[in-house]
Parts: sequence; structure tokens; C-alpha cells
Amino acid sequence: MRVLIPNPLRSYTDDAAAVSASGATLDELTVDLDRRFPGMRFRVIDEQGQVRPHIKFFVNGMQRRDLSVPLHDADEVMIVCALSGG
Amino acid sequence: MLLVATRKGLWQLKSDATRRSWRITGPQFLGHVIHHCVADARDGKTMLAAARTGHLGPTIFRSSDRGRSWHEAKQPPAFREGSGRVVDHTFWLTPGHASEPGVWYAGTSPQGLFRSEDGGASWRGVDGFNEHPSRKAWCGGDQDGTPDGAKMHSVLIDPREPTHMYIGMSGGGVFETADGAATWRPLNRGVRADFLPDPDPEYGHDPHCVRLHPVLPDRLYQQNHCGIYRLDRPAERWQDIGATMPKSVGSIGFPMVLHPRDPDTLWVFPMDGSKVWPRVSPGGKAAVYRSVNGGKTWQRQARGLPAAQAWLTVKRQAMSADAGEPVGVYFGTTSGEIWGSRDEGRTWKCLAAHLPEIYAVEAA
Repeated sequence: MRVLIPNPLRSYTDDAAAVSASGATLDELTVDLDRRFPGMRFRVIDEQGQVRPHIKFFVNGMQRRDLSVPLHDADEVMIVCALSGG
Repeated sequence: MLLVATRKGLWQLKSDATRRSWRITGPQFLGHVIHHCVADARDGKTMLAAARTGHLGPTIFRSSDRGRSWHEAKQPPAFREGSGRVVDHTFWLTPGHASEPGVWYAGTSPQGLFRSEDGGASWRGVDGFNEHPSRKAWCGGDQDGTPDGAKMHSVLIDPREPTHMYIGMSGGGVFETADGAATWRPLNRGVRADFLPDPDPEYGHDPHCVRLHPVLPDRLYQQNHCGIYRLDRPAERWQDIGATMPKSVGSIGFPMVLHPRDPDTLWVFPMDGSKVWPRVSPGGKAAVYRSVNGGKTWQRQARGLPAAQAWLTVKRQAMSADAGEPVGVYFGTTSGEIWGSRDEGRTWKCLAAHLPEIYAVEAA
């Protein structure tokens, strides 16, 4: 499926703004992203399997907090980094 | 060379042989929070940088060409899955013992100890500390820390014996292991903890920076939340050496630097620890204080520093000394200035300004 990559993570994707990856759930998708782009998962998912505080996942435009949410090949996943302050 | 870690990236300052002229290069990792960057004196080429950003999780970058190119660690420090603990950032990096090339230690926020055996590429938790049944009693819960997060720092390795180490924790205190980090014990007697119900507890203290002298490894110093202390092992009780500081200046600060050859010479950067803890130069009069007799007496060293309206804050990793003759002493401020002295603190010069908030300065 198509995954939209935010600017802060594009050092892992050779500056690609969109990549292809697969997985039956959001969690599996991040594992596949990490296989393709080593190191990426730990920047957005912590060692206890939780999404980091300022990271958000959107599936077809809907925010999803639960990494077990099922995915389909036609879905589009967007990763968003929220930054505030100076 | 100085490695300058800031809240917005990494810079390097390089000098000519006289240390009169300095040239700044960088930034690298612009926009990354760099908590610490340390060069490995064992091989003269490896550097590690502890990094994160405002939104991305923590990682380690490695260089094997003295900072020209960097590669991310394959497995950054992370607590055991299922432990419920999360590394917010790696705060402190220490190359291992000279007999163990490739070994590094990392201290994290919240308090955790990690070890790498491959030059920082992969890290494993040191179970003897991270899984110790008393760890929570020593350190409190992970949410109990100070606003910037509880920290493990000052990972010190005895140059005579790689299995003998000390660590400092804010909060928690100073701890010692004599068996390669398998077991630990507190080492805080004599250190005040006037912020706790029991002002003389076994642990729970707040050492800001602990140093071990490389030539006399039984000599330890610490700049603590509650003063300045010296410990000469095998003694177990720290001696208060901050009481001889001028009353108007006090004995509060964060960094502490030792002379690389003379165990009796050290520098501190006093800051205002009164009332709500402004943590700036007392009275706006910036000064370094030096002792040449193990803390019996102190001399003010302010020539070249602004004499008034200089409200400088220097963090615990942001003061360093080189191995020159005479020794060069350096500090970086949260207002983005690097100050240096090439005559052991007698005179000071601003080497760089307008940098982001400086977190750490290491002479390499």
C-alpha cells in the first residue's frame, strides 16, 4: 500500500515523500517499513510498542491510534509528526 | 577541537596550535536535539552523538572518521520489551575501558544504563542496573523526575580495572559496582539531600556532575544539587569542599571539570541556587571558580568574562578541559556562547556566539 512519509522521516527514504509497504495491520506495516528503511520504526514506535507522543497515523484520512487496526492493499497510510514551540 | 552539542544540532570548533584562533564548522544534524557528542580517545577516530528530535524517538549516530560522516546505530538504547519503560533520550556517552576497544556505555533519561560492544552500533541494557529490584527505590518512578526528565550521567570507569565503575543519577545519587555492573551499591554518605524528608539518606541524592581523576582514580569529585564534594577512596564519606566558596556566590552549579594531570585542581561554574533556583551566574556576574588544593580554597576567575548583566547558565555536560600545557578550559552557555581559556582559567575569551542552546561541550 501507499505510505506518505513526513519530512522528518525522509532521511530514511532517500527523500521519498511516498513509499510502498505492506502489512495486515498498522503494526505489521511499521515492521515492514523498518525492514525496508532500517531504523525508521523506533523513531515512531517505542520499545513497548506504543506510538510515540507526537506521531500520528492516518488511514484513508482517519486517525488511528490502535496499531492492531487492519489494513488492506488499497489503503493509504499517512504518518504525521506534530511539532510545536521553538 | 571542541564538540558542541546543542538543542538544534552539532557544531565543531577547531583551533590552531596556539589555541588563539578558532574556526567553527557545522551544523551537522541541524534541528536534532544533540544531548552529548563524545570522541573515542582510544582510536582517535570514532565519535558518537546522542540525538532525537522534537517528535522522533531517540537514536545514536556514529562516525568513524572524526565526524565527517555519520551513520545511525542499528539498535539504539531501548529498555526491555514488556518492562513498561521507555527511553526518552540518551543523555550521556562514555567510551569503555582502554582494554575493551569498541565498548561504550550510555546513560539515559529516565535512568538506565546501556552497553555497546561494537562501537555504538548496537546497544543492550545492563540488567544488573536496569533490572535491579531496588532500582525504583533508588531512583523513583520514571515520572518522578525533574522537568527535563530524570537522568543517568557521569558513567565513570576506573582506568585500573574495567569492572569497577561509578554512575551518577539525578535523582538517585552516586552508585558503585565492583563486578562489571552486575551489582551496585549507593555511595552517598556525607552528601546533603536537603530537599528530602531525611536530609542524610542512603540514596535519592541529586549529583549534577561526578568526575574521577584519571591519574589518581581513587579521587572523586562531584558538583551536587547541595554543594561540592570530594571523596578519596577507600573512604566512604564525601567531604564538603563547597563550604569554602564565598557566601555571596554559594556552592551550587551543574558542571565540574578536572585538570587532566593534577588531581588537586578543578573548576566549577557557580550558579544561583537560591529560592526558585534561577540557575544563572550569581548577581549576573559571570565567573569560573578554581581550586588548586582539592577544594580547600577557591579563586575567582573572571578576567575577560562580562562583569555585569551576564546571566549565564552552563549545563552539566557543557564544561570541558583539554590536555594542553597549560590546560585549556571551555564552557558553553544556554544562550549559545562558547567561552575558552588557554591559561587554566586566568583569562577568558568568547570563541563563538549565536549558537542554539548549548547542551554539551567536549574537548577532543
